[in-house]
Amino acid sequence: MELIFEKSQPGRQATTIPACDVPQKKVSIPATLLRDGVGLPEVAEVDLMRHYTSLSRRNFGVDSGMYPLGSCTMKYNPKVNENAAKLSGFTDIHPYAPEEWTQGNLRMMFELRAYLSEILGMADFTLQPAAGAHGELTGNMVMKKYFEKKGEKRTKMFVPDAAHGTNPASTALSGCEIITVRSNAEGGVDLDHLKELMADDVVGLMLTNPNTVGLFERNIEQVISIVHARGGLCYCDGANTNAFMGVNRPGDLGFDVIQLNLHKSFSTPHGCGGPGSGPVGVAKHLVDFLPYPRVIKTGEKYSFDFDCPDSIGRVKAFYGNFNVMVKAYAYIRSLGAAGLRRASENAVLNANYVMAKLKNHYQVAFDRICMHECVFTGDKQVRESGVHTADIAKRLLDYGYHPPTIYFPSIVSEALMIEPNETESMETLDAFCDTMIKIAGEAKDNPKLLHDAPITTPVSRMDDVKAAREPNICWKC
Amino acid sequence: MDYVPHTTADQQKMLRAVGVGSVDALFADIPEKYRLKDLLKLPAPLTEQEVSGLMASLASSNTIPGHTFMGAGAYHHFIPAVVGHVIGRSEFYTAYTPYQAEISQGILQAIYEYQSMIAGLTGMQVANASMYDGASAMAEAAVLTAKTLRRTKIVVARSVHPEYRGTTRTYCWSNGYEVVEVGYDADGQIDKAALTAAVDDNTAAVLVQSPNFFGVIEDIAAIEPAVHAKGAALVVGFTEAISLGMLKPAGVQGADIVVGEGQSFGNPLNYGGPYLGVFTSSEKYMRKIPGRIVGETLDRNGKRGYVLTLQAREQHIRREKATSNICSNEALCMLAAAVYMVSLGKNLKPLAELNYQKAEYLKDRLASLPGWKPVFSGPTFNEFVMQCPDAKGVNAKLKAKGILGGYEAGKDYADLNNSLVFCATEMVSRADIDQVIEIVK
Repeated sequence: MELIFEKSQPGRQATTIPACDVPQKKVSIPATLLRDGVGLPEVAEVDLMRHYTSLSRRNFGVDSGMYPLGSCTMKYNPKVNENAAKLSGFTDIHPYAPEEWTQGNLRMMFELRAYLSEILGMADFTLQPAAGAHGELTGNMVMKKYFEKKGEKRTKMFVPDAAHGTNPASTALSGCEIITVRSNAEGGVDLDHLKELMADDVVGLMLTNPNTVGLFERNIEQVISIVHARGGLCYCDGANTNAFMGVNRPGDLGFDVIQLNLHKSFSTPHGCGGPGSGPVGVAKHLVDFLPYPRVIKTGEKYSFDFDCPDSIGRVKAFYGNFNVMVKAYAYIRSLGAAGLRRASENAVLNANYVMAKLKNHYQVAFDRICMHECVFTGDKQVRESGVHTADIAKRLLDYGYHPPTIYFPSIVSEALMIEPNETESMETLDAFCDTMIKIAGEAKDNPKLLHDAPITTPVSRMDDVKAAREPNICWKC
Repeated sequence: MDYVPHTTADQQKMLRAVGVGSVDALFADIPEKYRLKDLLKLPAPLTEQEVSGLMASLASSNTIPGHTFMGAGAYHHFIPAVVGHVIGRSEFYTAYTPYQAEISQGILQAIYEYQSMIAGLTGMQVANASMYDGASAMAEAAVLTAKTLRRTKIVVARSVHPEYRGTTRTYCWSNGYEVVEVGYDADGQIDKAALTAAVDDNTAAVLVQSPNFFGVIEDIAAIEPAVHAKGAALVVGFTEAISLGMLKPAGVQGADIVVGEGQSFGNPLNYGGPYLGVFTSSEKYMRKIPGRIVGETLDRNGKRGYVLTLQAREQHIRREKATSNICSNEALCMLAAAVYMVSLGKNLKPLAELNYQKAEYLKDRLASLPGWKPVFSGPTFNEFVMQCPDAKGVNAKLKAKGILGGYEAGKDYADLNNSLVFCATEMVSRADIDQVIEIVK
């Protein structure tokens, strides 16, 4: 497809600029500080619209079809939430508008914090982080600040080898040293290794629960008590919250910090990779270290409190991805307590249903009841027909599905991680499983079909090596 | 309303297929005492109609100003209708990060086009697909230069947006880096003598903003020698992207990294977010910069296409050795900005000039009032700082008429008491400006 630059014709325009209604002055900015012109494309509005409409047809969203992308919680994004977020009373408010003019916004943020605290069992939340990884970074900083205030020098953070890549990367960006904790055969924490490593200079442990293979950490009480016994803190990566809403609360388990991804469990759309929102919840002893400002309520009036002397400071400008919070707030109000529980129960049911239907055709990584996602290994297909997990994923594209997450977690070879989400019906799951079974058959009978896949998409498999070796990342620059 | 399609019969059938008797049995791994017996304490569920009403009432309990003269990092601009129509297509807004290139060519090509446009505007060779916002982009630029150059000091102009400095301080504190601030001259530009004195062999980066928080345009080319003489990186930020249409790009004036806030390009005010962190650099930093980058390549049949590339920088490949932890970014805000830039095309320059003229008119009219005068003598774009007899009183008068006044600079700058940072964009008319003068005179 042509690039927008290739459609550009000098003199065309998609917008016009209003006439200047104030007396025009000669520009008093020195000429050395001015530019000549801008190299942006020139197209008519209809060309613009057709260009982006064509591009959208070459894209696949949750509204296009099932998106069982493990660890990403690609559930349906309710449209009422989108409408709410587009209300001008939300979109047209300046972040520095006086508080008397923003009581609706402040109330929404105040209540969202309270709801999240109740759902996760934490003392309080900050809504400032813009994404899950940003929340992880914030959580790490909060833990560092806590020890700084206590006068304890702790520099090390435990991160299990099965963790999402963002965990060690966030820890590194916060300036901590990463100590890798081994996983046991079930993707859980190797207790002996944890005990052996635990020391007085350890900030804490970052743990994903349910873990990255979709299983609840069965030794969770021991894990947390080993870390707490030496004064360390326990951080829960809440990326998998869709497994337990209304069923269990990380705060009750003893976690000190958790980050959420509102763009996962709380149904806000991913927007091709963002914007997300990564609120961070903490136990009582860490509340003072959260980013400022914090929304407070005095009588019936909501306001910002900037007087937070122990706070880590800001992690971004303003108050967070407000517009994303609006959607999550509407979602929580729609579902209520019973709905959230039903969402998680059915997310878990759906994952187990898919696992049950596929386990005679694909090798299950862990043959036991899973949480909201199930993991298979493609080892059998590799052995029997030389077909790899990537080939299975690419063949799914030909059948109109977004593939599951592949090659993660890395502790499972040829991993194929399926997260079906509660918003998919039994019929959709059946059709998906039938397709997976058909592909397993194709792998045996005609592996070339899988090696050549996809064939129905706008482009076939791309040359990633060429892209990285001969980078072309800007048109004509 | 919970969006779960299952009927009770479906559930029973599925439980039988799984081989358990009840939904509760699926949660047997959670220790019994930690399984909630009661429902969470949350407000009762609402129907779609009810939640629509609730959200409308929350939104309407805010006040939308009649006119806005506040900028300070968030700008009120006209958004062409095409922007909403494009980003409202669910193939875009309900998609995940484009890891599966074959079914993500739409957003991948859109990112490639965005990278090309924004790199052109900033005068840089490399652009990523977005950061969280301008402030975090600047903070990550600081950390990036410190790690790359193995130095531990960051020099930042006090004329950089206070919240950008705050964010940078947080990131630097956590990494044990020292942050040193450099003041400003009577013209509102960075104090060049103080800058030269502050930059030493341990300085990783100098962070400046242009136009800066006072709206004053910095002379980047004049700052550059002092920075590069000590081997430090020059990081130039911006908060008002419309200025890119008129001002000489920092990239051609010696900046190594240009970061900024792209909100002005097609993204509404939204009470401060989501916005668009712009991150661009010279080729030297191509394999170091944070965030996603899209590159052009060929498919198996030799057909042109786009992929996420240079991923050896990223967390999902390199874990703790990644150059950043960023995963989710602000892709949809970036798409809005791309559509906005295409929609404006060459008209970005006249739009920028219109902003300049409106602000100059407001500045001149305010300056003619008794007791009012511009604080700085340097050239400004669409914002400027005015000293007045009573900043709070001025804003209160404007507020009483439904007008959002200027930013009270004294909140962040002790030497700028009774000074307001005013902004005028294409959204205010001559009559609106004249009304302000009538109210405050």
